Amino acid sequence: MKFPIYLDNHATTPLDPRVLDAMMPYFQDQFGNAASRNHAFGWAAEEAVENGRKQVANLIGANAKEIIFTSGATESTNLAIKGVAEMYAERGNHIITAATEHKATLDTCKRLEKEGCRVTFLPVMQDGLIDLDMLRESLTDKTILVSIMYANNEIGVIQPVAEIGKLCKERGVLFHCDAVQAVGKVPVNVITDNIDLMSISGHKIYGPKGVGALYVRRRNPRVQLTAQIDGGGHERGMRSGTLNVPGIVGLGKACELAQKEMATESARMAAMRDRLKAKLTAALDETYINGSLTNRLPNNLNISFAYVEGESLLMGVTDVAVSSGSACTSATLEPSYVLKALGAGDDLAHSSIRFGIGRFNTEEEIDYTAEKVISVVRKLRELSPLYEMVKEGIDLTKVQWTAH
Amino acid sequence: MAYSDKVLDHYNNPRNVGSMDKADPHVGTGIVGAPECGDVMKLQIKVNDATGIIDEAKFKTFGCGSAIASSSLATEWLKGKTVDEALAIKNTDIVNELSLPPVKIHCSVLAEDAIKAAINDYKAKSGAAKPASVEA
Repeated sequence: MKFPIYLDNHATTPLDPRVLDAMMPYFQDQFGNAASRNHAFGWAAEEAVENGRKQVANLIGANAKEIIFTSGATESTNLAIKGVAEMYAERGNHIITAATEHKATLDTCKRLEKEGCRVTFLPVMQDGLIDLDMLRESLTDKTILVSIMYANNEIGVIQPVAEIGKLCKERGVLFHCDAVQAVGKVPVNVITDNIDLMSISGHKIYGPKGVGALYVRRRNPRVQLTAQIDGGGHERGMRSGTLNVPGIVGLGKACELAQKEMATESARMAAMRDRLKAKLTAALDETYINGSLTNRLPNNLNISFAYVEGESLLMGVTDVAVSSGSACTSATLEPSYVLKALGAGDDLAHSSIRFGIGRFNTEEEIDYTAEKVISVVRKLRELSPLYEMVKEGIDLTKVQWTAH
Repeated sequence: MAYSDKVLDHYNNPRNVGSMDKADPHVGTGIVGAPECGDVMKLQIKVNDATGIIDEAKFKTFGCGSAIASSSLATEWLKGKTVDEALAIKNTDIVNELSLPPVKIHCSVLAEDAIKAAINDYKAKSGAAKPASVEA
C-alpha cells in the first residue's frame, strides 16, 4: 500500500496514465493552434480538438457540434447561467436553483441577483433532493432558467434530473445541469434527461485540470448564449480564446475511457463504498449517513460521527486524504452549507467526513481506512465531553450552551 | 493547514484527559462552547482548601486539534497554581505557546473561558460551603 491513501476523488482525481499518453504529443511536436487554417500544424491540432469533441459528445448522448470547450466547469457554469440571463433578458429575469448547488452556480446566481435578476434558491429535503412540486410551483412566466446539479459534490445525492428536464421542457424553460460529479460515474444522456446546457470538468474524470466543456443544445430548442469572453469568436462565438489542445485531447480521452469502463468501474466503486460503510457503521454507534442512500453516486460516502469534530478526526487519519464539512477545515468558520441545508443540525455538519472513492483505490486501502477511522473516532470520543454527557443520559438539546 | 509541533504533540498525547466528580465541593467545573459551533470544552480543577493550590486538572474537549491542544495545555498550566494565579492565564499565552494561527485564536479564547468558568464554579461552591462550615 502506498501512503497517503487518496480518498478525496470528489475534489479532484489523478490523471489516468492513458490520458497523459494521449496528451503528450500535443505538448511536443503537435503544438499547433487549432485555429491556424493554412498549415499542417493547425490541421493536426484541429483534428485532435474535433476528435476530443466527439469523445465528449458520445459520453453524454450529444452531437459534437454541441460541445463548447472551456477552462473548466466553473467557467462552463458561469457561461451557461450568465449567457442565458443576458441572451434571454427580454423574455424574463427569473432563475431557479437549489441551496446545495456548487459555489460556481450559487455565486453566479448571487451576482445576477445583484444585477437585477430574481433568483429562487430551492431548499432541499432531508435526503438532499429537491422537491419537484416545489420546483413546479416556483416556475413563473418570467422564469428563463433552472440550474440544478446532477449529483452533489459533498453528499453525492443524484437529483431527479430527467423529471426536472421534462418539467422544464413542458414549461419552455431552459435547464442547465452541473454534471461535474455525475459524468463518468452514472449514465448521463442529454436527450433522455432533456438537458439544454450541461457543465463538465476534466479533472473530476481522470483528465487534466484547466479544461472543461459546456454542452449547448442546438435543436429543440436551439439554445443561444451571450458570450462572456470576447476575442476571436472561437467555439461558435460562445467562447473566444485559443483552444487548449492538449487539455481537450485529455478531456476527450478521459470521456472515452469513462464510457468504456463506467459500468464495471461504478460497480467496483460501489462495492468498496458499501464495504467502507458497513465496517464503519458496524464498529461505531451513532454514525449518520448524510443524504439519500438510494439516489447516490456509487463512489460517495458522507458520514457524520456524532460527538467527534471533523477536523480533529482528519488530524488523526493523516495518512488518508479525505475532507470534512467541519467549519474548522474552511476559512469561514461556517460548517458545510450543504449539510446545513439538510436540516440535520450544525453539530452533525461539524462531525462529517466525505469519502470519495476513485478508479485507483483498492479494497486493501478501504480496509486500512476503515480501521484507522474507527480507532481515531474511538479515541476522540474518549476525549469528548458530549459523548460522556450522552452516556450519562443527558439530552444535549436541553443543555444551555454558551454559544460563541 | 499545517499544525505546529506543539499542537500535534497535545493532540497525539493529550494531557490530563478525564473527569472528576462534579458534586465534590473541591472540584470546579467549567463547560463552555456549543456543539453547533463545533467546539465544547469541559475543564475541571480540584483545589486543595488548605493551600489554595490547584492539585488536579482534567479536561475533555469536542473540537478541532487546536481546541484539544489549548485545553490540554491549560490543564498542564493549571496544576500547581493558586486560583488567583490561574485567573491570570490569558488566551494570548496559549496562542504564543502553541503558535496558533489567527483562524484558531477562538480556541484559545474558549480555553481561557473554560478556566474562568471552572474557577467561578469552584468559588461559588466553596463560598456557599464556607458559611456553613463557620456555623458548624
